[in-house]
Amino acid sequence: MPTNTPTAADALTDVTASDGSLRRFLHGLPGVDTVGLEARAAALGTRSIKTTAKAYAIDLAISMVDLTTLEGADTPGKVRAIGAKAVHPDPTDRTTPTTAAVCVYPDMVATAKVAVAGSGVKVASVATAFPAGRAALAVKLADVRDAVAAGADEIDMVIDRGAFLSGKYLKVYDEITAVREACGTAARLKVIFETGELSTYDNIRRASWLGMLAGADFIKTSTGKVAVNATPANTLLMLEAVRDFRAQTGVQVGVKPAGGIRTTKDAIKFLVLVNETAGADWLDNHWFRFGASSLLNDLLMQRQKLATGRYSGPDYVTVD
Amino acid sequence: MASTTASAFEYAPAPESRSVVDIAPSYGLFIDGEFTEAADGKVFKTVSPSTEEVLSEIAQAGEADVDRAVRAARKAFGKWSALPGSERAKYLFRIARIIQERSRELAVLETLDNGKPIKETRDADLPLVAAHFFYYAGWADKLDHAGFGVDPKPLGVAGQVIPWNFPLLMLAWKIAPALATGNTVVLKPAETTPLSALFFADVCRQAGLPKGVVNILPGYGDAGAALVAHPDVNKVAFTGSTAVGKAIARQVAGSHKKVTLELGGKGANIVFDDAPIDQAVEGIVSGIFFNQGQVCCAGSRLLVQESIQDELLESLKRRLATLRLGDPLDKNTDIGAINSAEQLSRITTLVEQGEAEGAERWSPDCELPTSGYWFAPTLFTNVTQAHTVARDEIFGPVLSVLSFRTPEEAVAKANNTPYGLSAGIWTEKGSRILAVASRLRAGVIWSNTFNKFDPTSPFGGYKESGFGREGGRHGLEAYLDVR
Repeated sequence: MPTNTPTAADALTDVTASDGSLRRFLHGLPGVDTVGLEARAAALGTRSIKTTAKAYAIDLAISMVDLTTLEGADTPGKVRAIGAKAVHPDPTDRTTPTTAAVCVYPDMVATAKVAVAGSGVKVASVATAFPAGRAALAVKLADVRDAVAAGADEIDMVIDRGAFLSGKYLKVYDEITAVREACGTAARLKVIFETGELSTYDNIRRASWLGMLAGADFIKTSTGKVAVNATPANTLLMLEAVRDFRAQTGVQVGVKPAGGIRTTKDAIKFLVLVNETAGADWLDNHWFRFGASSLLNDLLMQRQKLATGRYSGPDYVTVD
Repeated sequence: MASTTASAFEYAPAPESRSVVDIAPSYGLFIDGEFTEAADGKVFKTVSPSTEEVLSEIAQAGEADVDRAVRAARKAFGKWSALPGSERAKYLFRIARIIQERSRELAVLETLDNGKPIKETRDADLPLVAAHFFYYAGWADKLDHAGFGVDPKPLGVAGQVIPWNFPLLMLAWKIAPALATGNTVVLKPAETTPLSALFFADVCRQAGLPKGVVNILPGYGDAGAALVAHPDVNKVAFTGSTAVGKAIARQVAGSHKKVTLELGGKGANIVFDDAPIDQAVEGIVSGIFFNQGQVCCAGSRLLVQESIQDELLESLKRRLATLRLGDPLDKNTDIGAINSAEQLSRITTLVEQGEAEGAERWSPDCELPTSGYWFAPTLFTNVTQAHTVARDEIFGPVLSVLSFRTPEEAVAKANNTPYGLSAGIWTEKGSRILAVASRLRAGVIWSNTFNKFDPTSPFGGYKESGFGREGGRHGLEAYLDVR
């Protein structure tokens, strides 16, 4: 296990003492070279995953999916449907693993809880004025408490990107710690950076460390609601951050890329990134998730193909 | 955190098919558009370094064959050099396109004969080979505008000797500019990797290249020496070891022959404390473990600022533990076989010397295949300028790590070598890149990257790394009369 020397821990406590010390720490993190990072992500994307490794990867990926419905038009019926799908992703093959969680708006948590009861599937909720995060802290905290009270196992919070981009790191830190406190012991906290809006890789690395310092259980790329969501490069960068954070503090943090991962091929590329960057300790749905809704069906079709040797079609997987 | 080697996610083998390439049981010399036996009937075998399997039997060129090939090239020179540049360009474009079409076949062939991973032949070597022919095809009708005066003339017959580390790429570096400028060629590939050059002979025939313009003579050093010494050769181009380069320089001294030499190196990869660490680690890996370190411009000396040395070494060791060594035809292999038993023994000797001199040796847990020539990725720490492993070119997957305290010290140590081929600078500070680069005596300097090649970029060395430039507009000069 990682070395947890008193000096490292002390240093990180001092870091959050003031806005100035936090800024100095975050800006002192090693820079990110855009070309090199993207080249590395692309190179890992060329790993050839076949046969037994592919079967393993597909089941692992299914078990890591946060099956998500985040529409204004969500209804209890829709939530019950994805709940059922999360529990039995492929009704024709009961050996298919369940997904990790269903992810819904706070007002749907109670319905989702009932839908997945007894299955081990977790209920995640996007509280904190998702997706913009533009609300008073009191409102965000009320949103979180509401979701936790309704039984949410996981809270996906968005950070205040405006505060981050204007350099008010301590404000972002304080919000995350407040939400962390509101989650209590009942719920794990995923902190969403909306990497597309943070714009630079340096910012993504700083946000990752900021989130982890503030007690995030997971760091998550994006809401899925903007143009640029999870990419191999930003996920690779966040995997480096959790790896380095554990080496320095002994604390392991999960990673969740979200938005835009639609195919089995893509999902496997992300698993390769996990395997070769953070390592095998993260190859588990306690430490890595996919925020996706359409990915699951492609995984199921590929799984059927491996089992039968033939491609089926969209009518052989469920539409929900 | 100690490096994690065991993984629940074991990639299944993903071998590239060998059936895309037909290797004949024997090959001749390629002289005047025909495959022919050696005059004295000698042959040698070429083996696959990863398995020691004999791939084919090759005719071995001797002095008489060199003479025959030079004569064929001389005869072809008249017509070839008289063609308008735009006509020569058509042949070169055709060759480039055929290489692209046959790139899978050539990549597999190169991997079999050389031992390097298919990932590298497929994604680096072959695209660059085609790009060199395309690039110099574009120059063939623009030589008047290349900055070498109006109507520069070709030199005549070019005698070219290439090494085994990038067999087809070195062939492209040599042949493409020679043909574009109107010269004809006699090329001797290395004795351990003759196959791709012989397949290239077939590409020339497929492209309808006139007979005698390109001649290929597989053979040993004696054939190379005979080629260099031949009185009717006008230009000598050599890539290989510094020792042979010196012998060639002595041999042609005082003759009319024009010479370019691209020799050994001991490239410094300098990492400052404000470097992008994760990307620097990748650059260090590609700098020394690309092609098993059998690269003349390899970043084989890591110069790291003392303040980040421990952190960087920890990251580097963790990264090395993820390198996959094994079957070069597996698409997931990062490190393939060493090219020959001779080279393996040279690497082994130097590494043992490094240990004996007190440098600290480290390799990740790594199982080596039982047949073939293999060497695990290796780091030497606690190295100083006084160690042999900091001075001699090892030409294998062995990295020597030295430290420095100030930019001045970094420059002084980087330049303190008989070689001067490549260097790397890692820092987020743009002004430091320029300041340091301008003081390094090296032909190629990469910043925040390493081992990147492009046909438009000239390549060559200082000091014992040779002279002359290949690639780019500069590369034309070596094949033109620019008096």
